[in-house]
Amino acid sequence: MKSSRFGLASLIICYVFLYTPLISLVMFSFNSSKQVIFWTGFSMKWYKALFMNSEILNATLTSLEIAAITATGATILGAISAIIILKFKKFRGKNLFEVLVSLPLIMPEVIMGLGLLLLFFNLESWIGWPRIGTKSAITFAHTTLSISYVCAIVHAQLVSFDETLLEAAMDLGARPIKAFFQIMIPFLTPALISGWFLSFVLSMDDLIVASFVGGPEATTLPMLIYSSVKFGITPQINALASLIILFVMGILTVGYFLHMRQKRSLEAMTSSLPQ
Amino acid sequence: MKKLITAIHNKLAQSKSRLLIGLPYMWLIIFLLIPIFLILKISVSESVLGIPPYKNLTIWSDATLNLVFDFENYLILFQDKLYRFALGQSIKLASIATFLCLIAGYPIAYFISRTKESTQPFLLLLILLPFWTSFLLRVYAWIGLLSKNGLINHFLIKLHLINDPLPLLGNSFSITIGMVYCYLPFMVLPLYTNLSKFDPALLEAAADLGCTPWKTFLKITLPLSLPGIIAGCTLVFIPCIGEFVIPEILGGPENFVLGKAIWTEFFSNRDWPMASTIAICLIIFMVLPITIVKKFHHGGQV
Repeated sequence: MKSSRFGLASLIICYVFLYTPLISLVMFSFNSSKQVIFWTGFSMKWYKALFMNSEILNATLTSLEIAAITATGATILGAISAIIILKFKKFRGKNLFEVLVSLPLIMPEVIMGLGLLLLFFNLESWIGWPRIGTKSAITFAHTTLSISYVCAIVHAQLVSFDETLLEAAMDLGARPIKAFFQIMIPFLTPALISGWFLSFVLSMDDLIVASFVGGPEATTLPMLIYSSVKFGITPQINALASLIILFVMGILTVGYFLHMRQKRSLEAMTSSLPQ
Repeated sequence: MKKLITAIHNKLAQSKSRLLIGLPYMWLIIFLLIPIFLILKISVSESVLGIPPYKNLTIWSDATLNLVFDFENYLILFQDKLYRFALGQSIKLASIATFLCLIAGYPIAYFISRTKESTQPFLLLLILLPFWTSFLLRVYAWIGLLSKNGLINHFLIKLHLINDPLPLLGNSFSITIGMVYCYLPFMVLPLYTNLSKFDPALLEAAADLGCTPWKTFLKITLPLSLPGIIAGCTLVFIPCIGEFVIPEILGGPENFVLGKAIWTEFFSNRDWPMASTIAICLIIFMVLPITIVKKFHHGGQV
């Protein structure tokens, strides 16, 4: 009993620790004064300033565009990678492939950024594409980072895939491609969706790699936030942060409850079935 | 004839699967393997002023092709006090943060794994939620709390616990806080996965046989959760040792770490070879603990 009280206390402290910074961030985005500690009154002026700030709006659009392409590319490549690792027979170079796929998970972003910049620098002088400082350079870099995460998620789901389902479908006359799209893909859909969202968030969030391969032509939102954060607190950034926090948390909470409801109704259905 | 058709069919299927393998494989070789070799190559090039700011490795002179490796950067790295200091700082900060994450994360993971099964996903969701919001903004939020006229100092002064504001920001303390804050979920998750498979009957058995709760923990729970501890510590230590954003935003000028060293050499000094050399050393310092842990881990399993 004593140990569970200790556990509960540490859990509550942990939640306070995790949420205090975020709450203070949101709270002071509504403060009319520039000072963080003194509450001088409720105001929406930082939000107004935020929506008038074309620099931030442009950077947001750039980031969203890069993140959407990255997420789609990484989901496709990551899912194929997971299928190769789990379902393909051993081929020459499979070990190297497995190492390469998991490498971005442990590689510091500074090194990824440096390496990719050197690559793009050389590519630019050989074939002239992709140029450093463009959206496509950042997209290539982010896709490479995200493949590993998608692969890990799809891998975890694919482990429990029953291959006899595919065989059964093919025995019943489905062609391999059809069997794949009608059975494997629906089975993997939850993993593909979470992989897509994770890649999207990773790309929206990345500062370091984007700073190496990006440039004035393609400034992402984190790059812009970083350059203003370096000079201390700016309430406009607080307003932006609040919008991001509320948006992300809203989506995740709704997603969670939808998922739980679906699960519960599934359970209810299976339990009402005759034994 | 039928044989021939199946042979052609097999060949086609084979080439299709080759194409399937080839796509991600080529991608990873181009965007991952080649960049690492480029870093390696440039780390042994001589740095010069100009674009690109390094010399080629191959020099054609007197009808002979010379390969020139310049290891000066590596010598500088091990002799120069500044880089040794950066390496020490990186290891120190990452170790402290990992240790604190373990101390804080273990009871949390343990408690969550012991609650009702239906509430567990919700409690985990609460731990993970902040992780999905921007990393940069989560670090930034701490400036408002820790700075000289930030919230924490403000409250402490209001409560008359201190007279002058404490220097909470711009030192190792604030960096450690930032690291624990950002990477705590990485510790809780693997620990939870491990502990939730744990059979409570073992604890009852130990208690029946006369073990005190503390001894039961040391003799049974802790050894059984070792794989989770190892996984969590690696997941926290590795990003911490190459960390750039947290030391840059929350640290002071004296908190010079490896991630910052690479950044400064590259962007401020435009010394690409030196930045690459530090990167190679960082890779070595990361691969080393992983291989040791893996060896130890596999040894423990057998």
